[in-house]
Amino acid sequence: MTVMSYLGAIGAAQREAMDADERVVIIGEDVEANVYGTTGGSGKSRAAEGDFLQRYGRNRIRNTPISEEVIVGAAAGAAMTGLRPIVDLSYSSFLYMAMDQFVNQVAKNRYMFGGQASMPVVFRSAMFYGLNTGAHHSDRPYPMFMNVPGLKVAVPASPADAKGLLRTAVDSDDPVLTFEACLLWGMKEEVPEEEYRIPFGVGRTVREGDDVTVVAISNAVVEAAAAADKLQAEGISVEVFDPRTLVPLDVEGIFASVRRTGRLVIADPAHRTCGAASEIAAIVAEHAFDSLTRPIVRVTTPDMQIPFSPALEKQMYPNRSSIEAAVRRVLDLPEPDLADSMARTESARLAPR
Amino acid sequence: MSNPPEDATLLEMQRRMLRIRRFDERASKMVKRGQIPGTVHTSIGQEAQVVGSCMALDVHDYMTGNHRSHGHPIGKGAPLGPLMAELVGKATGVCKGKGGSLHLADFAVGSLGESGIVGSSIPIATGAALSAKVLGNGRVALAFFGDGAANQGCLYEAMNMAGIWGLPVVFLCENNQYALSTPAHTVTSGVIADRAAGFGIAGVRVENGQDVLAVHDAVSTAVGRARRGEGPTLVEVVTYRFNEHSEGLRLGVDYRDAEEKKRWLELDPIVLFRAELSRRGVATDDELDALEQEVLAEVDEAVRFTDESPFPDPSVAFEDLYTDTLAGAQR
Ligand SMILES: Cc1ncc(C[n+]2csc(CCOP(=O)(O)OP(=O)(O)O)c2C)c(N)n1
Ligand SMILES: [Mg+2]
Repeated sequence: MTVMSYLGAIGAAQREAMDADERVVIIGEDVEANVYGTTGGSGKSRAAEGDFLQRYGRNRIRNTPISEEVIVGAAAGAAMTGLRPIVDLSYSSFLYMAMDQFVNQVAKNRYMFGGQASMPVVFRSAMFYGLNTGAHHSDRPYPMFMNVPGLKVAVPASPADAKGLLRTAVDSDDPVLTFEACLLWGMKEEVPEEEYRIPFGVGRTVREGDDVTVVAISNAVVEAAAAADKLQAEGISVEVFDPRTLVPLDVEGIFASVRRTGRLVIADPAHRTCGAASEIAAIVAEHAFDSLTRPIVRVTTPDMQIPFSPALEKQMYPNRSSIEAAVRRVLDLPEPDLADSMARTESARLAPR
Repeated sequence: MSNPPEDATLLEMQRRMLRIRRFDERASKMVKRGQIPGTVHTSIGQEAQVVGSCMALDVHDYMTGNHRSHGHPIGKGAPLGPLMAELVGKATGVCKGKGGSLHLADFAVGSLGESGIVGSSIPIATGAALSAKVLGNGRVALAFFGDGAANQGCLYEAMNMAGIWGLPVVFLCENNQYALSTPAHTVTSGVIADRAAGFGIAGVRVENGQDVLAVHDAVSTAVGRARRGEGPTLVEVVTYRFNEHSEGLRLGVDYRDAEEKKRWLELDPIVLFRAELSRRGVATDDELDALEQEVLAEVDEAVRFTDESPFPDPSVAFEDLYTDTLAGAQR
């Protein structure tokens, strides 16, 4: 075990994958200079061994023009013909520039061609939400891609998961989109130094509890865990479940927890309409309705664009107080002091519409 | 200049052009009789451009196409049966009936697939060239696209990327002078081939795209350049489609001038090349007649193969999305 940051763990997984297989290449803007911190050596080894460019050379480290459409399409074409590219698209908002390639080529080619193609390619991107980067850089667009059959979607919420899920993603013969949260970049924990993979479709129980299940996504996992710890002191037992991948989704893991607790809160930093939370709520309502003793509550970002000012942005995403309020609500407990502006916003949002 | 093709190659060019012609003529009939669901876009009139390009490639080289490229694998030597079966949606289709005429791929001959989205397969070919370069396997990729697609932004992203990285790719614009009803000159600023200059890559315009040898020569030069590691080429081939944009389409407007159409119909690439083969003494009239009969028989056989093939079991619709079964996702 060694202590690694989330970003360091991603870098370590990329280095392992590059070392393990010559067919793995890294494609993206500013990857040569390691601008986003995942194409360098980690920690001390960076000084000793240099960045990926020195280790692997320009043939395998492809610093690109700002041309997302051809970056994504070319990675797909390369994957169909023998490479296993990892594409760094930096900000998740930039995925839209390549929407046609994602939806019409990456996701459809294997299916349309009757299985002739395989598409072993990983598209990494970082969600810069919560960092005052404004409406063009704060997107959490994973639900849009959950809506496209043929793609796999991973949302790692810890350093250990970031490393293990990325190795699985690179091994996958199908296209994987990983959505990394910048709010998690600096998070540190003990991570196995050796190579390991975390299977897709298997969630992680972050806190065990009996009273309420909180299914949380990306940075909301950290917030849900904080809420659970706080409520623990009051004798309220909250289970926090991180699905880790949204496609495939660990529905059995979610059902198992909900069957025990009978109550479900879903904390999802994406927008409310047709979000990951909507899908999880629908699945539980369809298949585990009898286990529920209270209606499901979603804690999401409202259907609103993201403002720049910290004074405005802070309230937008699920946070420990809005998750706490939701937990109290499903337990029929009094909700926190309405003088708290974030909680007020959340209460208004939770009110029936 | 590339080496002039040998006599056997010349005959093979004629054979493949004939295969595309007769295959498309039959497909057109089958659309009109309701035997092919949906529609097809034929390459009738454009066979020289297809075959001249495909035969400049090796069988291991890659190519991508657009909505009009279901017959392009024929140019690379693919057998007709699985292609016809795909157009009809049979289980023996080259894509098991999941692609149809607009989304057909035949990996056995390097065809990485058509794209029903105009222009969208150009980045795919660019990526195939990238893998060829990284892996050092000597292969070349060729992207077929129309004059209409030439106004899609992804072409310019691709030409730039291929230029900076010296990728072994040929961008092949099939300029049949119309994008559906829209004359190319009304929506195209400047000359398509000239756009290569802006990226510092080679650009060439084949004015007589009805001459299979002219196309073959230009594309062979481009392929040779790519294979030697000298980077991409944009080849614009001027040609004409003889049929409507798609089979069964009735627009009720004459967007093509009758005189113009008549002039181009006289430039039938198969008729022209037959005369050329005779002139060169490559084959006698009898031999060329026999070739036509052989191809007709091949198309008959492809239709028979299709007729005798079953439709896919409905369960096949739920296969081939992923390489695995998405553990945990069953619901
Ligand atoms: C992105 C996109 N826009 C529009 C269409 C509709 N469409 C299909 S074919 C076509 C004309 C294409 O013209 P061109 O690229 O010149 O090819 P051609 O049909 O002449 O071979 C159009 C507009 C489409 N399929 N995809
Ligand atoms: Mg056209």
